[in-house]
Amino acid sequence: MSDFERSSTARVVPPARPRKLAKVPFVELADGRLQGVVSSGSDIERVYVSSVEAGTYAYACSTNNNRPCGGARGGFCKHIGALITESVLQYGADRVARYLRVDAADAADGEPTAQSLNAAMSATRPAPAESKPAASVFSRFLRHLAYLELAATTAPLPEMHWFPSTRAVA
Amino acid sequence: MRTDLLTAPVDGLDEALAAVDAFDRTLVAGLLRPRPDQAEGLFALADAVAASPLAARVAEAADKAAAGSAGEDHFAALAAARAALLGAAHDAIAARADEITGRTPAEAPAPAGPAEQAPNLLAAARSWLCDLARTGWQGLDHDVVSGSAQIVSAMLPDTGLRRLAALLDGFAAELAASCPGTALDRTPLRRWADLWTRGMILALPGAVPGPGAVTLTGRLLPLGTDLHEHATAAQAQIHAVFEPADGSPPRLVRASVSVPKPDTVLGAGVWQLLRPHMSLLAAAAEGLSMDLTDMPATTDGDLVWQDEHARPGEPVDPFATARVVLPTAQDPAPAPLDRHPAALARPVFLEGYAAEQDPDTDEITFTLSGQRLPVDTDRLPVAGPLTPDAVTRSTACVGLLRWDDGTFRLQPLAVESTVRKKTVALHAGAWAGGTTDKAGAKAEKAATDAVAVLRERAGRLLRK
Ligand SMILES: [Zn+2]
Repeated sequence: MSDFERSSTARVVPPARPRKLAKVPFVELADGRLQGVVSSGSDIERVYVSSVEAGTYAYACSTNNNRPCGGARGGFCKHIGALITESVLQYGADRVARYLRVDAADAADGEPTAQSLNAAMSATRPAPAESKPAASVFSRFLRHLAYLELAATTAPLPEMHWFPSTRAVA
Repeated sequence: MRTDLLTAPVDGLDEALAAVDAFDRTLVAGLLRPRPDQAEGLFALADAVAASPLAARVAEAADKAAAGSAGEDHFAALAAARAALLGAAHDAIAARADEITGRTPAEAPAPAGPAEQAPNLLAAARSWLCDLARTGWQGLDHDVVSGSAQIVSAMLPDTGLRRLAALLDGFAAELAASCPGTALDRTPLRRWADLWTRGMILALPGAVPGPGAVTLTGRLLPLGTDLHEHATAAQAQIHAVFEPADGSPPRLVRASVSVPKPDTVLGAGVWQLLRPHMSLLAAAAEGLSMDLTDMPATTDGDLVWQDEHARPGEPVDPFATARVVLPTAQDPAPAPLDRHPAALARPVFLEGYAAEQDPDTDEITFTLSGQRLPVDTDRLPVAGPLTPDAVTRSTACVGLLRWDDGTFRLQPLAVESTVRKKTVALHAGAWAGGTTDKAGAKAEKAATDAVAVLRERAGRLLRK
């Protein structure tokens, strides 16, 4: 067995990188999609729920009240563009590319960027997603926000010794 | 410090870990339809505990699991066997750590009574963990992993269930990021088996001990701050020497504060979330002692901090504490469940070493009397002034002696170095109470903005 296999504190997932949250408060690589929530530029009560499927790049974008996004008819809208940009800031381009299964060769030469990932996926002329993940993504966003409301405790959590802080970045 | 013992073999350790490894490999393909080589791994685990009170139940569990018909009780028995082996490994390693530090450990106290916990949530957690063991790491997919989300969400608001909730939440995030299991190019076998085992045991009714059983009055002298975090939880743990007011001998204690967090709250943002809940964080960062009056505590060395039982005392340099008081302090005996090598963290003080950094791997080692001690600088919190560079330039170090993957390592908590003929100290937790450092203040501002955005969004969207 390798060192990685025999270590109780092997680092499996690098922590997210800090980024500004105003435009895109929520991004995740989950359920086989890049998905998240993009704040509307014009209405502070409105958010767009956007997603791109791994492998097929099938995309979806609608408001939290289920109105389809006008920009997402023939391809990725600006919300999906913002989602890709912020996901690259949060996780690093390599991890996003790997998760979405964007072949690095499809992207421009060298390190992929948000722009090259967007271009590589758009070039395949992805179709709108058949499933409508907006409700589940929005509820995951609310669950994410709810973490700020949870109480702290001063009772020890010995389990956290398995999760040392790390200087590694995504 | 007996540095000559750092690399000396520990009797019986390899054999115990070989049985653990054999079991851990069975979880790769999962136990739904085990192959003959998986059966061997299960029997190796059963054989290793054959002389213990667990023998009969584990033998039966191994038989059932090898036949692909293990139920929840059988998985629990296998988890208990694995935990017992690592408990024994811990005891041997801890005894070695005692020889190295030259300190005397306290006698193990009687275990505390069990905490009351919601039985339906524990049952749901066990059921998910059993699914996981059947599926195996290679069979991981989003469906099996997402089965934990609802359980964790239901547990998190109850601080009495926080240990299991924080464990499952961090574990599930790793599993989700590793989907699909068929595409895994390497698997953290021991780590995931550790987390699975611990989850299984914490989810047994009565496993988690109840809250603090004693109270402490006296002086608390902080040594340093250790930070733990996964995407959605963080814990700061302050190691300190407690001097009882009744004049009895000083002993080592820990004070902890933890909080769930969104994964985009990082670095300085973590200190901001923790800061309001334990005045000791800021006091330790400022180099103050604290006077405790009737502070609740467990019998195994953990304070259960309440600000109203503490007030700031006089300044005490942690390096003075480490030089003078630490050698005479007694280490607490761990609670039964916490006997695992990964939970071992013995405060130590080192000086007179040669620090060097490997130019290829960047790994830092301290060499003392010809013995090399690897230094785990990856653990240093990013929101703090103590950097790997500062560690290589240091002349004295307060740290935690830890053990992982067959090796003792040093986790620095603070270092002293000489700058223009003056001794300067840098502490990992120095920014826990806030900072005037330029880079630190910028990080604080960015973190404040991030939390403000999330709170604004939560205010608008959460209660609709
Ligand atoms: Zn859109």
